[in-house]
Amino acid sequence: MSTTLVYLDARSLSAEGIGKAERELLTIAAARSAGSVVVAVSSPVDDDVAAGLGRFGATTVLVPSSDVTASLAAGPAAFAAAAAAESGADLVLLTNAGDSKEVAARLGIKLSAGVVTDVVAVAGDEYTKSVLAGTYTTRIRVKTATAVVTMKANSVEPAAAGDGAAEVRRLDVPEIGPSATVERTEAKPASGRPELADARVVVSGGRGLEGDFGPVEALADSLGAAVGASRAATDAGWIEHSYQVGQTGKTVSPQLYIAAGISGAVQHKAGMQTAQTIVAINSDPDAPIFEIADLGIVGDLTEILPQAAEEIKRRKA
Amino acid sequence: MSDAPAQLKVLVLVKYVPDAQFDRHLTGQTPRLDRSDSILSELDEYAVEAALQLIEAHGGTKAGHEVTVLTMGPDAASNAVKKTLQMGATRGLHLNDDALAGSDAAATSLALAEAIRHEGGFDLVITGMASTDAETSLVPSQLAERLGLPQVTLVSELSLEGGDVVARRDGDTETQYVRAPLPAIVSVTDQFEEPRYPNFKGIIGAKKKKTAPLSLADLGLGADAVGTDGSWTEVVSSEARPARTAGTVITDSGDAGVKLADFLADRKLL
Ligand SMILES: Cc1cc2nc3c(=O)[nH]c(=O)nc-3n(C[C@H](O)[C@H](O)[C@H](O)COP(=O)(O)OP(=O)(O)OC[C@H]3O[C@@H](n4cnc5c(N)ncnc54)[C@H](O)[C@@H]3O)c2cc1C
Repeated sequence: MSTTLVYLDARSLSAEGIGKAERELLTIAAARSAGSVVVAVSSPVDDDVAAGLGRFGATTVLVPSSDVTASLAAGPAAFAAAAAAESGADLVLLTNAGDSKEVAARLGIKLSAGVVTDVVAVAGDEYTKSVLAGTYTTRIRVKTATAVVTMKANSVEPAAAGDGAAEVRRLDVPEIGPSATVERTEAKPASGRPELADARVVVSGGRGLEGDFGPVEALADSLGAAVGASRAATDAGWIEHSYQVGQTGKTVSPQLYIAAGISGAVQHKAGMQTAQTIVAINSDPDAPIFEIADLGIVGDLTEILPQAAEEIKRRKA
Repeated sequence: MSDAPAQLKVLVLVKYVPDAQFDRHLTGQTPRLDRSDSILSELDEYAVEAALQLIEAHGGTKAGHEVTVLTMGPDAASNAVKKTLQMGATRGLHLNDDALAGSDAAATSLALAEAIRHEGGFDLVITGMASTDAETSLVPSQLAERLGLPQVTLVSELSLEGGDVVARRDGDTETQYVRAPLPAIVSVTDQFEEPRYPNFKGIIGAKKKKTAPLSLADLGLGADAVGTDGSWTEVVSSEARPARTAGTVITDSGDAGVKLADFLADRKLL
C-alpha cells in the first residue's frame, strides 16, 4: 500500500478555505493512496483547517512542534523530511509555487529522491510535464524509492474524498542547519480576483496600455478573470511583478488567454502558449502574438477593451 | 562599507544553454536537448552582474576581491565563461567531462557541490534563478542542502552588512527581507539590475584571463555518480506539441469589442 505525503505551506490555508492548487494535491493523493493521505503543514493549523483538509481526504495532519517558517527553505525542508520518514511515504506532493519548489529541492537531497517539477499528470512512477516553453510534452520516470513531485495547478478537478476527520499530530523538527532568517515581511495587497496561476480565464496587458490597467481590469472583471501582464508592464511599475506571465513570471494554461497591447516576445509566449484559446488585441498587424492567436484583432485597445467589457456585462445580465 | 571580508571571494555558476530565440529540440532514444546554437544563459548574466556589483561596492578587484566563474558543460561551454570574463569576472573554471551529459538536477548539484568544495574558500556562491533549458530552479537549493550553507534564493536586491548577506525577495503574497551569515548560496532573479555588456576594455582585458579545466577525477567523482547513471530521474519519452497556428485576424472597424464577445459566446467561453 503506497502512502502519499502532501506538504503544504500554511500561508495557503485559511478557515475560509483551502487553495485550489492545494485541493488538487489532496485529490491526487486520495486517489492514489486511499486510506493513507498524510498532510504536513508548515505551521500549526486550527480545527476548521484540519477539518477542511480531512474533507479532501487527509487522514493525518502533521504540524511542526517549533517554528520552521522563519528560516528560508531549510526549516520547512527539515520538517517535511521528518514527516516523510514518519509517514513512510513513497511520494511527496507539493505545489508548484516558488517556495514549495525550494522545499522539494532540498527534500530530494535529504531523502535521496528524484524530484520532478511542473508536473501535470501522475501515472505510477511516471510523471508528465511540458518542457522548452511548452513545445514538448515529456514523461519522466523517478528511479529512486521515493519521488518528490511539484504539481502545476489545473491538473485535476478537486473532489472532496474524506469525512473531515483528520487527526492532528505534532512532530519534532530535527536540526535545521545553517539558514537564512526572514527578518521582515511586507504583505502585498490582495486584488480580490482569481489567482493568476490557476485561473480559467486570464486577461493580460502590456506596454500598449501606456500605464493604465483600467481597461484590462474592466474586461477581466466582466469575465471573472485573473489579470496578467508582460514584463514591459511590470518593469515599468504599472503593476506588481507577481502578475508577470512568461519565462521569468508565471506559466499559465487557462481555457482563455486575452493579450492586449502585448507584442508576443518568446519570453512572454513561454508562459502562455499552452492556453486552450488565445485572443490578441494589438494595433500592429505584424505583431508576432498574432501567429499564435485563435482570434487576432488589429486595433486600438483603448476602444476595443471597454466595448468588449460592456457587451459581455450586458449579455451576462 | 568596511565590514565585508578583507578579500571577498565570489563564485558565479553559469550555464551554456540553447538560445531560446531559435526553435529548440529534444532528440534521441532517451530524449536529450540539442545543444547547438547555445549561449550564456540570459538569466545567469544577472548573477554575474550581482557578483560584480557586490565586489565593486567594496572596492572591486583593486581591493583584492575576486569573481570566479564556473561552468559545467561540453567544450563549447567555455564560450559562456569567456563572455563573463569580458563582463569583468576575474577567472574561469570549466568542469568538462563526457560522463556529465544527461545529468538531472540531483547529479548536477552533486558535481557542482564537489567542484565548489574542491576550489574552496568562497564567501558567496551566486547563481541565476533557473536554467533557461530545464527551468527547474532546483540546483541552488540542492547546492545549499549538499554544502550545508544558508540559501538566499530568488532575490532582487543584495548587499553585505556586518559580515552577513542581506537581500530582498519578492513573492506572490509578500516581500521578504532576509539575512544570512557568510558563506551562503544566493540566486538572483531578472528583477536584479540589468546585466552590463562587455565593453572594448573588457574584451581586451579578458584575453589575459585564465579558464582552468576541471575533470571528474579532480573532484574524486566516478562517472557513475553523474550523468544518466547518477541521475535519480530519467526522461522516458517526449512528444513535440503541434505548433500553434494563426487563427482569424480581423481589423477593428468600430465593433471589434462586440465581435470579441461573439467569438467568446461561440466558443462557450462566456
Ligand atoms: C531574461 C529575460 C526574461 C524575460 N522574461 C519575460 C517574461 O517572463 N514575461 C514577459 O512578458 N517578458 C519577458 N521578457 C521581456 C520580453 O523579451 C519582452 O520585452 C516583453 O515581453 C515585451 O512586453 P510587451 O509585449 O508588453 O511590450 P512590447 O514588445 O513593446 O509590445 C507592446 C505592443 O503593444 C502594442 N500597442 C501599443 N499601443 C497599442 C494600442 N493602443 N492598442 C493596441 N496595441 C498597442 C504595440 O503594437 C506592441 O506590439 C524577458 C526578457 C529577458 C531578456
